[in-house]
Amino acid sequence: MTTTPGDVPAIEFQDVVKRFGDNTVLDRLNFSVPQGQRITLIGPSGSGKTTILRLLMTLEELSGGLILIDGDPYTHEYKGEKWVAVPERRRRVVRNRVGMVFQQFNLFPNMSVLENIIESPVHVLKKSKDEAVADAERLLDKVGMSEKRDFKTNELSGGQQQRVAIARALAMDPEILLLDEVTSALDPEIVADVLDVLREIADTTDITMLLVTHEMQFAREVSDRVLMFDKGQIVEEADPETMFTNPSHERTQAFLKAVLGG
Amino acid sequence: MSDDLQTLVDRLPGLADGVLVTLQMTLGGAVLAMVVAVVLGFGSRTQSLWVRGPSRVVVEFFRGTSLVVQLFWLFYVLPQFGFKMEALAVAVLALGLNYGAYASEVVRGSIASVPKGQWEAATALNMTWLHKVRRVIFPQAWALMIPMLANLLIQLLKGSALAYYITLQDVNFWTVELRRATADTIFSYTAGLLVYFVIAYLLTWGMNLLEERAKRRLGRGTRPSLREAFGLKPRAMYAPKVPEARGAI
Ligand SMILES: Nc1ncnc2c1ncn2[C@@H]1O[C@H](COP(=O)(O)OP(=O)(O)OP(=O)(O)O)[C@@H](O)[C@H]1O
Ligand SMILES: [Mg+2]
Repeated sequence: MTTTPGDVPAIEFQDVVKRFGDNTVLDRLNFSVPQGQRITLIGPSGSGKTTILRLLMTLEELSGGLILIDGDPYTHEYKGEKWVAVPERRRRVVRNRVGMVFQQFNLFPNMSVLENIIESPVHVLKKSKDEAVADAERLLDKVGMSEKRDFKTNELSGGQQQRVAIARALAMDPEILLLDEVTSALDPEIVADVLDVLREIADTTDITMLLVTHEMQFAREVSDRVLMFDKGQIVEEADPETMFTNPSHERTQAFLKAVLGG
Repeated sequence: MSDDLQTLVDRLPGLADGVLVTLQMTLGGAVLAMVVAVVLGFGSRTQSLWVRGPSRVVVEFFRGTSLVVQLFWLFYVLPQFGFKMEALAVAVLALGLNYGAYASEVVRGSIASVPKGQWEAATALNMTWLHKVRRVIFPQAWALMIPMLANLLIQLLKGSALAYYITLQDVNFWTVELRRATADTIFSYTAGLLVYFVIAYLLTWGMNLLEERAKRRLGRGTRPSLREAFGLKPRAMYAPKVPEARGAI
């Protein structure tokens, strides 16, 4: 792929295999994401997009192959001439660089908005509480949620919860941010608020982003590259302009036609 | 009847001792039961068969054998193997293990009903297992388990009356003594009934307070329930919109 020599890709999938029972979802998948790039994954339901993000977040175990983060094997190491899973303690070192925002927000209801955000910075990154609070307030401001700082999470609308979830992920200062259909559970009228927040993050940071979205206009604006998946394989890979206006593959054309209703 | 009352009044100091013993057993047993429940409850959930297997066996064993037999066994049989414990310690141990086995199912079920997304979000924030459980999962499960634990606590209180048979001078003992002194079965056992009822009432009240607090932490509005209507529950303090003082964790 188009990495300049010497520049280690932020993410690299090497022959990644993922099976659920007999169902092989990813079969020797290879792709890499250069540092700081924004990649959008599109493709029909069940094509494995979520699985890719979940593997990156170690929410699923690899069935085969290897994932490298900044060139480091993440979940496995080469030992005694075979790849073996590394202990959780080692994974946590690499996992610190990866953050994820979920479709269903998954805020912790037993904590206030602020507590949600500072929990891991304080207890995982071992920041001082004052520093974590200051950072959290800055992030809350960025996502337009400063006023709700001390609210319980279930006192917030879906869109507000998702903005808090984005702030919570950013508070861990990730190098890589995974976004899985983060607006799909939201009412249409508040989708724009959340997308605005993401757009701003894309504009003002150099975080590597891997996003799955059905918001094609948004994908077109923020992504550097779009990968079209089908049945766990990359069918087509292009810059967003080409992908959305002039896709070369027939399956991409059919998929986009269905999604865009064109 | 007035003689009976006089006898009862004379025996009030004894009642205080009896209540103390009953409370020691109940609360001691409850604390031990909770520890057992959390260990076995999580043990039954792990992937490892080496942990899950023994956890299940212990749970089934203590649920499947009667409390009286456990008490007798610990008090009369165990000393023959050279382990002699005080009666109170035996009672706390038997109650703790027995009700802990039941409560472990409550813990397991409540943990299981915390949405998977909560675990996943905690993983995405790179928390350790213990951190996830302690700060995210358990506080949510806790709110769910309190009502069921409250039931078990009352059962444990009632179960503690069996300790009379291993020589403990609890409320049950006091009742029996009262009957001996008054020769009035109706009067003395009614008195005993009322004492247990008052203790149970207070325990329920305490558990309701815990439940209110746990729910408020989750930001769930409290609404008056049937139990409140019958006064078995303190009037709900409606969750104020102002957030709880920070650091009150
Ligand atoms: N936990 C699981 N157990 C079994 N099968 C699973 C599991 N998770 C995903 N799958 C299967 O893996 C395949 C890919 O699912 P995945 O969620 O990655 O698709 P997706 O591209 O994200 O689809 P969508 O657009 O609907 O979100 C599907 O066939 C799905 O049934
Ligand atoms: Mg998906």
